[in-house]
Amino acid sequence: MGPISMADLLPLVPESFLLGSLCILLLADLFIRQSQRAVTHWLAIAMLLLTAGLVWRASGDSALASTAFGGMFVNDGVAAICKIFILISTALVFVYAKPYLIPRRLFQGEFYTLVLFAVLGMMFLASAGNMLTAYLGLELLALPSYALVALDRDNGRSSEAAMKYFVLGALASGMLLYGISMIYGATGSLDFASIRGALVSNAPHPWLLSFGLVFIVIGIAFKLGAVPFHMWVPDVYQGSPTAVTMFIGSAPKIAGFVLAYRLLEDALAPLFADWRGMLAVLALLSLAIGNLVAIAQTNLKRMLAYSTISHVGFLLLGLMAGTIEGYAASLFYAVTYAITATAAFGMIVYMSRAGFEAEEIDDFRGLNQRNGWYALLVLLVMASLAGIPLFVGFLAKLQVLKAAVDSGMLWLAVVAGAFAVIGAFYYLRVIKVVYFDDPPAEALPAAPADLPFNLVLGANALALVGLGVLGGPLMAWCVRAVAG
Amino acid sequence: MSHHLLSWLIWLPVLGAVAAVVLGHSNAQRARWIALATAIATFVLSIGLYCGYSAEAGSLQFVEKYLWLGVLNVHYHLAVDGISVALIVLTSFTTVLVLIGAWSAIEEKVHQYVACFLLLEALMIGVFCARDALLFYMFFEAMLIPMFIIIGIWGGPRRVYATIKFFLYTFFGSIFMLIGLIYLYLKTGSFDLDYLARYPLSLTEQIWLFLSFLLAFSVKVPMFPVHTWLPDAHVEAPTGGSVILAAIMLKIGGYGFLRFSLPITPDASHELAWLVIAMSLIAVVYIGFVALVQEDMKKLIAYSSISHMGFVTLGAFVAFELAREVGAGDAARLALQGSMVQMISHGFISAAMFSCVGVVYDRMHSRMIKDYGGVANTMPWFAAFMVFFAMANSGLPGTSGFVGEFMVIVASFQASPLIAATAAITLVVGAAYTLWLVKRVLFGEVANPQVAALTDINAREAIVLGGFAAATLLFGVWPAPLTELMDASLQQVVQQLMHVKV
Repeated sequence: MGPISMADLLPLVPESFLLGSLCILLLADLFIRQSQRAVTHWLAIAMLLLTAGLVWRASGDSALASTAFGGMFVNDGVAAICKIFILISTALVFVYAKPYLIPRRLFQGEFYTLVLFAVLGMMFLASAGNMLTAYLGLELLALPSYALVALDRDNGRSSEAAMKYFVLGALASGMLLYGISMIYGATGSLDFASIRGALVSNAPHPWLLSFGLVFIVIGIAFKLGAVPFHMWVPDVYQGSPTAVTMFIGSAPKIAGFVLAYRLLEDALAPLFADWRGMLAVLALLSLAIGNLVAIAQTNLKRMLAYSTISHVGFLLLGLMAGTIEGYAASLFYAVTYAITATAAFGMIVYMSRAGFEAEEIDDFRGLNQRNGWYALLVLLVMASLAGIPLFVGFLAKLQVLKAAVDSGMLWLAVVAGAFAVIGAFYYLRVIKVVYFDDPPAEALPAAPADLPFNLVLGANALALVGLGVLGGPLMAWCVRAVAG
Repeated sequence: MSHHLLSWLIWLPVLGAVAAVVLGHSNAQRARWIALATAIATFVLSIGLYCGYSAEAGSLQFVEKYLWLGVLNVHYHLAVDGISVALIVLTSFTTVLVLIGAWSAIEEKVHQYVACFLLLEALMIGVFCARDALLFYMFFEAMLIPMFIIIGIWGGPRRVYATIKFFLYTFFGSIFMLIGLIYLYLKTGSFDLDYLARYPLSLTEQIWLFLSFLLAFSVKVPMFPVHTWLPDAHVEAPTGGSVILAAIMLKIGGYGFLRFSLPITPDASHELAWLVIAMSLIAVVYIGFVALVQEDMKKLIAYSSISHMGFVTLGAFVAFELAREVGAGDAARLALQGSMVQMISHGFISAAMFSCVGVVYDRMHSRMIKDYGGVANTMPWFAAFMVFFAMANSGLPGTSGFVGEFMVIVASFQASPLIAATAAITLVVGAAYTLWLVKRVLFGEVANPQVAALTDINAREAIVLGGFAAATLLFGVWPAPLTELMDASLQQVVQQLMHVKV
């Protein structure tokens, strides 16, 4: 590898911009008084949107959309879509988080800088062309996430969740690294393209490869939260402050997808026959455990955690097809799930008050009697999560089911369909609570009159219908991105 | 506008629903008027559709086709034939009467109530126009949400149980149809219904696809043994919900058989016709007896609906026996025609029966037959209407209820006298449960002080019941407009089911 040239730096313009402005924000925030903390808030959102604009501009420019540092950093279509949606959904998280953080005395610069570092990690992960880039990106995502979960440091449950997340996360990183080391041992390379080349030409040490592959799949499954590596998900979702759950539940799912895509497709595609079966087992278990256990939940955050697990099962259906359509289906699933999840947690923030966490499903009782508009938004989000047609969740499920049928796993598609029906039950139960139950006797204090929050949340939920009806271009974009 | 008439029929109610919610959320009366105006405008448009449709050709008309989801080759493809036109007019007609019927019966969240019905209307019209399998499926499934809300908010005491049961039953049925459609798409590269109807498929494939369609549509119709959601949903739904459910949503199941099972899997339909015929006969006879013992008026009518819908599926599948075994193409057409006339006629009659129950329920707040007796003494006009609809429900000649059942029985006689004889039992059982209902509710001494205090129907209720009565009588004595409208289209269906695809 020669000295760093301008050609190497140009593809990194969005990441460099984010890193640079992040450092400035980190310093500037020290000098911002608490009463002016909103400046940090808006600067952070502006940085995310500007970075998204830079990614968008670069994705249309072939000179910028290329590889850098000898293939360690790849700027392809998949990276562009993932980055844009990571940035957008994180911007949504910031908008929704503010009214939650302020009354809990958590409205500090640390929340913003930690999330932004995690975003930077996800961007590198999305562009990984080498095991090391992937691992560094993943760790840059994971470390701020551990800290974020413990953001409310006086809360015992938060600390417990953070500890659990950290220990299990470190274990998973170790597994992944162990797997990477074996792949390196077998192929002599960390570069995805070279690994793939070595596997195609002379498939060295099959048992060593299989061993390494198992550890890599475990690492991926942990990061995605697929059963049986899902134990951290419900506790972390429930234990974290809602603003942090919102972040962990949205953008990192895209990162999880892209991690799987880079490792399994870019590097280990020749081992397709081996990892396909593993993913099928993970998908089946995730669909079953996620949907069945979600029914028993009374805590909304915990229910959404199990719901995420079941959605990961669907996402894996697309990956295991191993075709362009399959990857595109999973990509579509991941990006649309991220913006659906932000809206779902945004609703919890809306219902929360100072000293009152609207975490129980029962807290939404009779919302329709008090505020028809927000009741409608809950309906839209839940219907989309359930995968009802004319909502974007349906298009996502349709495509992954198609990928599963296409790859000859008709039985798995049928099972997934049956679990989609079971899943519909607990989403319907939320709609039932909102629309059919009577509101609690004592009137709650009025919701925060945060205009951007209300506008953006409304637009976010309506976008789920908009994309469900006019989702064609996004679907086509995903296919183009994967096809290259 | 005539180029996009079908789109207008779908989107006008959607716009009306949005307007009713936005402008009517603080003023119930305004919401009612907006909704009624939209429904009437949609009805006028559907009459325009009827007039503009030339029935002789029997072909697809008012075609609109645009690429919608390019990746999956899904088209926004709308078109109608005679069958669709008849059902669209039925839909828009019923929606107008439902909105009038709910004028003062619904006091709570009126804007949401009328918006749900308008959305439901749009989606149902969409189902009847869609010529793309996935578009059909989307309308078919999306219908669940407004109905779920309607039963859940404005329904009776056990509404939550009933509405979740309704939703999950239907959702469960149709998800396997979706997988069947995906399979077809991967095989043919298209969701276009006409293309799928022509595409050759092996018998094994056809049988699996047929079963996936059967699961979806038999839940919707509903057929024995997957009918158990219907009595619950009907009993708990508000009057308007029951009317739409009985008059149109059940028809979508029958329509689905005609659009999917018969043309796409004709050979499997032929192979398995015995199964559907058996299920239909069980529905006709057994469910008829179940209706006899009901103590709840709505439940009785709900079971009677299942029994009557048995004729729809019986007619559709007896046509296979006739066309393929007996070689009687004309009789097959008669069977299909009977099944279609039965759908339309049952739409009017069951809607009217549920409206009748609604009228007395609004006054007495009870649906139990034992709480009534001698209503004819205090509500003579109401009694006249109800007796008329009861006659129609039991298939009295001169009402539309007779025409469809008669056609199906005559046609199935040529296939097998045994089938015809079994189906004809309904003429006795149907008369028994309907007339016994009328006897216990309307006639005899005035049963209690509440009945004595009843007031007769007002002008608004008279419009609703009169509208249904006029339609029942019209198609009873003069079914020609209906049969002529659908004749050429049904001929095409007969050709499709004669076409061997293996």
